[in-house]
Amino acid sequence: MRKVYLDNNATTRMREEVLETMLPYYKDIYGNASSIHEFGRLARRGVDDARLKVADLLGAASAEEIIFTSSGTEADNFAVKGVAHALRSKGNHIITSSIEHQAVLNTCKFLEKDGYKVTYLKVDKYGIVDLEELKRSITDKTILITIMYANNEVGTVEPVEEIGKIAKERGVYFHTDAVQAVGKAPFEVKAMNVDLLAMSAHKIYGPKGVGALYIRKGTRITQLLHGGHHEMGKRASTENVAGIVGLGKAAELAKKERSEEIKRLTGLRDYLYKGLTTNIEDVRLNGHPDKRLPNTLNVGFKYLEGESIILNLDMEGIAASTGSACTSGSLEPSHVLTAMGSDPADTQGSVRFSLGRDNTKEDMDYVVKVLPPIIKRLRAMSPLYDEKGK
Amino acid sequence: MEGQYSEKVMEHFRNPRNVGEIPDASGVGNVGNPVCGDIMRLYIKVDENEVITDAKFKTFGCGAAIATSSMVTELVKGKTIPDALKISNHAVAEALGGLPKIKMHCSVLAEQALRSAIDDYMAKKKAQNS
Repeated sequence: MRKVYLDNNATTRMREEVLETMLPYYKDIYGNASSIHEFGRLARRGVDDARLKVADLLGAASAEEIIFTSSGTEADNFAVKGVAHALRSKGNHIITSSIEHQAVLNTCKFLEKDGYKVTYLKVDKYGIVDLEELKRSITDKTILITIMYANNEVGTVEPVEEIGKIAKERGVYFHTDAVQAVGKAPFEVKAMNVDLLAMSAHKIYGPKGVGALYIRKGTRITQLLHGGHHEMGKRASTENVAGIVGLGKAAELAKKERSEEIKRLTGLRDYLYKGLTTNIEDVRLNGHPDKRLPNTLNVGFKYLEGESIILNLDMEGIAASTGSACTSGSLEPSHVLTAMGSDPADTQGSVRFSLGRDNTKEDMDYVVKVLPPIIKRLRAMSPLYDEKGK
Repeated sequence: MEGQYSEKVMEHFRNPRNVGEIPDASGVGNVGNPVCGDIMRLYIKVDENEVITDAKFKTFGCGAAIATSSMVTELVKGKTIPDALKISNHAVAEALGGLPKIKMHCSVLAEQALRSAIDDYMAKKKAQNS
């Protein structure tokens, strides 16, 4: 059976070149990157080289602004808690959006229990935050604005440059969770007013278990992990050298192929959407029509519930998801679609197709062939579809 | 989460039994709401001996909701009303080889749909007799 993986926002297949680069660091170059002997120096060289490559991909002014972490989630936790703690004497107010990933949302909720005040900005029907509400929400107690670069479920890209401008004018730090945007959106942190930016390796064809936080030089931040002097004193832990080297290689390749891949994925994504809307009735696009990640297509199939669609696609070898893999243990309708004002019944039937570098036009044709009969069969079973004509 | 479904659940999800409607049903049960992501509509046909001779369903919901609907229609067929009332959500889940904990509410919904259909049948019968 044909296998079509369309869940690249959940994770990606690690590239062969990345694995090849990592392998020596699991075998011969096993030194501790903090050791001064040759074993250590070789490992250190791998870490330093990776830091340069990640800095290059993000457009950082210097490699010292990159701190390696164990994941995107850790990078988000570090940014939000780190600034909250460092600036506690200055204020206790944080502004975020209602459609953040759990890594930011639940970190903010945790801080609320600790005496911080959090404003969750509303979004419009496309999932874009309201800049006027942002401006109104800033007080002299505001210490951090944390708003994602692009949403993981619907792919909507937030106006990060404008947010950065507002943050700078008001003297507030700006963190952006760019886990989904890195490699899929062309940006340079040094040209934006971003103070902190989180990324993850496994979303850009790198290994799982490694991420990075960009921290603009001079940004005040308290460490999350205390211990040794690793990562320029900002994050204790013996470096995951192989993982970091893998992230470096993935970053190098992402930088090189980014602009071509953005074009290619946008074409495929729109081709898939056209195929689906031509062959299936009552399909709705979730997310912004243009201001959207090139690889993300979230569509709602009216009268249906998403999981039953995903299970049927899985039987045909197609991997997609209902929302985010991180929330699939939850029975609540997507907090993102709900915040976008989507009708609860419609929210249920949403499916996310997230494309990646392995996908071809033939993959899209296969989905367009397989999905219409599935939708037809499930709708015939749905009491909501019944009522449609009555 | 999806991966936790038993073979039996997946089998009923792939080939649900008794999908459809009974136009002259003796009782119809409607439970759930779209906000929670599940709606079940269960139709039963009852003969003069109080035996359920046929059952059909239509369901909006996840894999477990479809499988429990399918299973409950299988379980009630041939049962008398008093026996059908003894079918619990646990019996439905057990017949499916168990359900993931987070999906147990689907079996509850199936039990409620059955009770609602029987209530509807009783109410209709009462109305006819009075």
